Amino acid sequence: MEWIDFATPKTISEAVELLASKGDRAKIMAGGTDLIVQLRGGRRSLDLVVDGKQIPELNEMSYSAQNGLVLGAAVPCYRLYADATISAAYPGLMDSATLIGGIQIQGRATVGGNICNAAPSGDAIPAVIVLGGVCHIAGPNGTREVATEDFCTGPGRNVLETGEILVSVHIPAPQAHSGASYLRFIPRNEMDIAVAGVGSSVVLDASGQNFVSARISLASVAPIPVFAKEAADSLAGKPVSEAAIQEASEKATAAATPISDMRGTIKQRNHLVGVLTRRTLNNAVQRARGG
Amino acid sequence: MPGPTHVQTTINGEEVDFLCEPRQSLLEVLRDILGMTGTKEGCNDGNCGACTVIFDGRIINSCLVLGVEVQGREVTTIEGLATADGLHPIQTAFLENAALQCGICTPGFIMASKGLLDGEVDADEGRVRHWLAGNLCRCTGYDKIVRAVLDAGQKMK
Repeated sequence: MEWIDFATPKTISEAVELLASKGDRAKIMAGGTDLIVQLRGGRRSLDLVVDGKQIPELNEMSYSAQNGLVLGAAVPCYRLYADATISAAYPGLMDSATLIGGIQIQGRATVGGNICNAAPSGDAIPAVIVLGGVCHIAGPNGTREVATEDFCTGPGRNVLETGEILVSVHIPAPQAHSGASYLRFIPRNEMDIAVAGVGSSVVLDASGQNFVSARISLASVAPIPVFAKEAADSLAGKPVSEAAIQEASEKATAAATPISDMRGTIKQRNHLVGVLTRRTLNNAVQRARGG
Repeated sequence: MPGPTHVQTTINGEEVDFLCEPRQSLLEVLRDILGMTGTKEGCNDGNCGACTVIFDGRIINSCLVLGVEVQGREVTTIEGLATADGLHPIQTAFLENAALQCGICTPGFIMASKGLLDGEVDADEGRVRHWLAGNLCRCTGYDKIVRAVLDAGQKMK
C-alpha cells in the first residue's frame, strides 16, 4: 500500500475541505472493505484517506413511518438488520444487507459505501434504487440530491465531484400495500459476487390484486446498475398475473447488456435476469400482501 | 511525509500503546508490531476470515481495518480467550471434536464462533454454517468445525 496519511474529521465541512484540497489524491472511507483492498492491490493510489466514521451525519440511522429512513453513508450493514423496526419496514433492503460478504464484512461494509464504490455487482444498489432512495451529497458548493439510479456513471465511477461526499441515503417510508425483494445468483451459498442480481418493488391496490406501480433494477448485467423503468412501468395498472410478470421479466432482460466473463456468459446472465425478475416480483407481491 | 501515528487502544482487556503507519492494517499491527501472531494472515483481502478478531463486540477481518482506526476502541484476539484456569470452551470443543488439521484457519474460526456464541449459545447448524461462511478451511471439510461450535454452544450455557 502506498498511501501515507489518514484524517478523522468530525464534521462534514472539515471532510469536504480535506478532500477538496487533495483532489483525486484523497478519498473518503466508510467501512473500508472495498477501499483498503483496492489500495493494497495497487488499483488505487492516494496520499490521504479521510475516515467518514466520526462524522455524526454519516452515522445517522433514523426511521419514522412518516419520513422513512435516513441512512448515513458510514452505517455498517449489521446496524440495519439489528434494528427490528427498520428490518420490518424494508425487507427488500435487508435482503441485500444480509448477503453482502459474510458476517465479518457486514460488521464494516456500508450501503453508502457500496453505492459510492459503484461496482456493477453492488448488491445494495438495486435494492436502494427500487425503494426510491435518494443520495444526499455535500461538497464545496453546498448540498445536492441525486436519485440513486442516476448516481453511478460507470464501473467504479459516480457523480461525486472533487470534494463531494455522500452523506446519507434517504429512503421514503413504505407505502401501504407495497413490497420489495432482492435476489442474486451466485455459485456458492454466500460470500460471492453476483453473476446477476435483481431488485423489484411493487405497490398494489387495496385489494392486493392489481399493480399500481413497480420498480425493477438489475445488478452485474451492465457497466452500471440498471434501472429497468420500461419493464417496471409495464406492470402499472395491470392485474397481478403470471402473464404480466412474464412480460416484465422479458422487458427487464431486454434492458440488460451483460458481458461474458469468468463469472458467467451473456446467455446465462440474460436467462438469470428473467428468472430473478419473476422471483423478486413474486416475492415483492407476497410481501405487499402482508405475507 | 507524515510519520508514524501514536495509537492507544484496549486489546484483550489491557491498555496498549503502539506506533504505526496509517497504511498498516490492524492485522499487521497485531502480528508485526505487537508480536501477537495468533491472528493469521490468509488472503489479506477479506475473503478467508483467518484474521478474524472481535472489534467493539463485532467480528471483523483485521486485514480490512487500519491500525489507526482502533484508537480508543476494544479488540479481542485469540490470545485473549484462554485464562489462567484453562482454555475457553470453544477452544476445548475444537480440540475434542478434532476440528482442525493444519490450524491456520483455526484462530479465525474460533473468534468468529465466539462472536456468534456470545449472543446465541443455541444457534442451530444452519445458523452456524451461515455465520461461518466468511471463514475458509481447506483441510477439514467444515463438518467437524460445525460440530465443535454446536458442542461449544452447549458447554457455554
